[in-house]
Amino acid sequence: MTRTALSALLSHWKRKPFQLLTFVLGLALATALWSGVQAINAEARSSYGRATDAVGGGAGEVIKAKNGGPMDAALYGALRRAGWRVSPIVEGWVSVEGGRVRLVGIDPFTAPQTAAAGAAIETGPSEFIAAPGRLLAAPATAARLRTSPDLPPVIDAPEIAPGIAFADIGVAQALLGLEGQLSRLIVVSDQTPALRSLNEISPDIERQAAGSAEDLARLTDSFHLNLTAFGLLSFAVGLFIVHGTVGLAFEQRRPVFRTLRTLGLPARRLIGLLVAELMVFALLAGIIGIGLGYLIAAALLPDVAATLRGLYGAPVEGQLTLRPIWWAAGLGIAILGTATAAGSSLWKIARMPILAPARPRAWAMASERALWAQGAAAIGLLAVALIAGTAGAGLVAGFLMLGALLIACALLLPLILAGALRLAQTAARQPLAQWFWADTRQQLPGLSLALMALLLALATNIGVGTMVSSFRLTFTGWLDQRLASELYVRAEDDAQAGRLLAYLTPRSEAVLPIWNVEIEIGGAPAELYGVADHPTYRENWPLLSALPDVWDRVADGSGALINEQLSRRDGYGPGDDVPLPGGALTVVGVYSDYGNPLAQVLISPEVLTARYPDVPRLNYGVRVSPDRADALADGLIRDVGLAEDNLTDQAALKAFSIDVFDRTFTVTGALNVLTLAVAGFAILTSLLTLATMRLPQLAPVWALGLTRARLARLELVRALVLATLTLVLAIPVGLLLAWVLLAVINVEAFGWRLPMHIFPRDWAILGALSLVAAGAASLWPAWRLARIAPSELIKVFANER
Amino acid sequence: MNARTLAYAVCAAMVICAGPVLPQGFSGLGQDAEGFAAATRGTEIVFPEDHAPHEDFRIEWWYVTANLVGEDGRDYGAQWTLFRTALVAGPDSGWQSPVVWLGHAALTTPEAHFVAERYGRGGVGQAGVSGEPFEAFIDEWRMAGPNLSDINIFAQGSDFSYDLQAVADRGYVLQGDQGFSVKSPSGEASHYYSQPYYQVSGTIRTPDGAQRVTGQAWLDREWFSSILTGGQPGWDWTALHLDSGDKVMAFQVRGADGGAFTGATWIAADGTATPLGSDALRLTPLRRTEVAGREVPTRWRVELAARGLDVEIAAVNPGAWMDLTVPYWEGPVRVTGSHQGVGYLEMTGYE
Repeated sequence: MTRTALSALLSHWKRKPFQLLTFVLGLALATALWSGVQAINAEARSSYGRATDAVGGGAGEVIKAKNGGPMDAALYGALRRAGWRVSPIVEGWVSVEGGRVRLVGIDPFTAPQTAAAGAAIETGPSEFIAAPGRLLAAPATAARLRTSPDLPPVIDAPEIAPGIAFADIGVAQALLGLEGQLSRLIVVSDQTPALRSLNEISPDIERQAAGSAEDLARLTDSFHLNLTAFGLLSFAVGLFIVHGTVGLAFEQRRPVFRTLRTLGLPARRLIGLLVAELMVFALLAGIIGIGLGYLIAAALLPDVAATLRGLYGAPVEGQLTLRPIWWAAGLGIAILGTATAAGSSLWKIARMPILAPARPRAWAMASERALWAQGAAAIGLLAVALIAGTAGAGLVAGFLMLGALLIACALLLPLILAGALRLAQTAARQPLAQWFWADTRQQLPGLSLALMALLLALATNIGVGTMVSSFRLTFTGWLDQRLASELYVRAEDDAQAGRLLAYLTPRSEAVLPIWNVEIEIGGAPAELYGVADHPTYRENWPLLSALPDVWDRVADGSGALINEQLSRRDGYGPGDDVPLPGGALTVVGVYSDYGNPLAQVLISPEVLTARYPDVPRLNYGVRVSPDRADALADGLIRDVGLAEDNLTDQAALKAFSIDVFDRTFTVTGALNVLTLAVAGFAILTSLLTLATMRLPQLAPVWALGLTRARLARLELVRALVLATLTLVLAIPVGLLLAWVLLAVINVEAFGWRLPMHIFPRDWAILGALSLVAAGAASLWPAWRLARIAPSELIKVFANER
Repeated sequence: MNARTLAYAVCAAMVICAGPVLPQGFSGLGQDAEGFAAATRGTEIVFPEDHAPHEDFRIEWWYVTANLVGEDGRDYGAQWTLFRTALVAGPDSGWQSPVVWLGHAALTTPEAHFVAERYGRGGVGQAGVSGEPFEAFIDEWRMAGPNLSDINIFAQGSDFSYDLQAVADRGYVLQGDQGFSVKSPSGEASHYYSQPYYQVSGTIRTPDGAQRVTGQAWLDREWFSSILTGGQPGWDWTALHLDSGDKVMAFQVRGADGGAFTGATWIAADGTATPLGSDALRLTPLRRTEVAGREVPTRWRVELAARGLDVEIAAVNPGAWMDLTVPYWEGPVRVTGSHQGVGYLEMTGYE
């Protein structure tokens, strides 16, 4: 009996292979996007964890300078001799192809037992310690390091976290220019009683809890949350598809269920068979989804890694390792998704009276009451969004608001569409038009899930698009202010710099030094620039907030300007002291610094050279009237012998900056497109399934004399009308989304707050795209309708069940 | 693999003369003296200069063993050792120094044996030695005083510490041929002198509490660049303070074939030291004790027929196992037989 029942149930899929395809593909797509995004996040997080473990032995405390800067290396001996069991670390960044790498110098004799220390030993003590030393790095990182000829030989050490290179501390000090200095001291876990207190040894150092993986995770949280939100959205859209398909498949099989039950199949066994069937499909879809997810993650990870490295200095490589946990999680999410999508259908079957009439149409018709319940839920969610928006703070509240808002709008969609269609029906005068609107209304429940998916995708697209475009517009305007110098030159060495200055001084309005060093503030990389006291800065620099005498205080060396990223990240505002190597300075102003992934501090060049006597003095900005810039550039190349590569004009620099900016949003854009594709697919499947069910509705109209071709055209128009209505509704939702992204999420994620701009032209393009998608999706069902055998339509009257 | 293994590789060379089995892959380390000076016969030993490190040699140590008696009348032993090894030849200064230092400290009671170990890189003030005023240190452990005849010795581990004052009223004893000590039939040798005349007083601390102690101590100074020949799996070394006032240093480097290369010095009560030929010494294990899963001889018969010495030496605590990166046995012994006294025994290479 069971076997017969099973073959009867499965025969449905054999007759409707497309439905099966829809089901599996929808679930696979949902699983793929979700698990792909999760894979990216997991990879990045595991990198952070390994990085921290590799350096600190996983736990414990460190001793650091109170001012956050480097310490005199002599402190190490003093501490050890006083009975402190500490291990020295020197850290910094080396720039190589594909982004900077964190270089960590360890003392293998005292370091806690870690992967790095282990690899150091395998290298051989003499090779690791004695000049030139060795670098140890994960293979992908090692490959990047080898592109730089100035570094010691690099050894592949797969056990080391990506994005980090280890060297002996002496070797690292030399590479980083930190001879005689230490970044911090790890307090080894088994301490013997110390003979002298820390304070006795030096008043400038203190014991702190070691930075943990959470520090990096906290820094990058916003970024990952962004990705997770996209993954979740895609998954939700995918579930709409599955829900629709499962619901349809169940409704269409009602006669089969009824027959099986009357033949004596117990309800429990029937449900069991259906669950088993669904689980098999879910597993199949899950496996496909994981495979797709892996491909998505592998394709996106290099960009994500580059962004993370640039934005936060997070040690991540663009290389994906396959973890068993994904398989489990991916399959789990597929099964969970199926259960969610099929739950209500199964419930209905379980409670179905044996002799219930088989009415496939019933599935497509939602009762008035359900519609109102949906509306109530939407209003509840709007209230949640409002509360999260006003009372909550931070990224989580922002995303909560975003999520509630989007779902509420999606739930409201059928209500609003129904209202709009009713209005249209009332306004219609012709019988055919009246029928058209009435029929569209009647079709709405069946299509509403797909339309909700479309709304979500369109709103996300508009929202994210508005954010990125607003950002870009502000950014370009800001670049014009910021890049005031007409030419930017770079000398090869001090001698050439001297010749450059001598040549430029009489021929230009001003030559402004652009000298900088890379430092670290709060454990993340930062740039420290010296800027001359010149009207170029006083007049153009885009200050967001400042003390009254801001430029005077920078010029006299008592003040520093910091960029908005640093201000937001570490909470420094005008009047606060920002810790810098060599002593803290007062923040006298905060400026916008869009597109720069790093924290940045501006101080007077005198202070910079006093603290870093060896700072390279090779970069200069040249003020000259724009019409003479080209001539001056030619002169520099001809008369001073400046290499063309070392001369950048404003336009080239702007192009480069915009390129950096665009790359930051590559991933966002890619996910955007994928989401829209899933939504388009949802419409197609909904229309296709409805098409077969709608014959009873169409047959009478056909019998009244409307041609099949006419009917097909009407079907096409109907899809376009619904898509247009959805688009119109998506625009305000998208703008709301953009506002949340700009004012809440973006500030948390990137440290910039931006004014919002509106881009109606983009909406037009998006609208055209979605109409094309909806049109294309309805084309096939319409074409099938136009070609349907008249006998099929006649059968409707013959077969009335 | 871990940090300790690096140290293992490094210090294997140092303790080698104490003869442990070298880990594979490093067995050549003791022999490869490239860039380093070799110990040569006829080199005059000069004080206080030779108390300080010899940077042109690969391996060197400052090695003190003390036989102590507590106020409770029981026997105790203390060991303080600082090894220096250079990975490659070069000056020991700055963070790029190729020198690695290794400290061992132990405190032995009749029932317990406490050990600790410290590693440090050279050139950065974590470990080092200077000749006069004398100071040898690694971390907070130190052996220091106005000169090497008047020193304070301190070390601590997680469960023990000692703080001893050691004063010697006589000069140093040159081992072997005027401080040139041959360690193998093929002629590998070291520079080697001792100070066996320290009178010691101080305090030891164990988990049971503090104890005032007095006694005598023996310092060994040795430096070389290459000493091991293949097939010498270990060695047994002993230094004895006899009640007659005579002192004895005796060692054998065991060959893989079961034979041994022996050496001994008889230091008469008047301070004259006489090196005895390579066949003068007979060392016979009498009883073995299972320690840390190995059979280690903890009672020996020591015979120097030429000097009428025929004694049994027995460990105060047979469990004096140095469970460190390179494990070995080292602890105080009691001397009975033709002579009475106390001493120290070191045995390596027992697997």
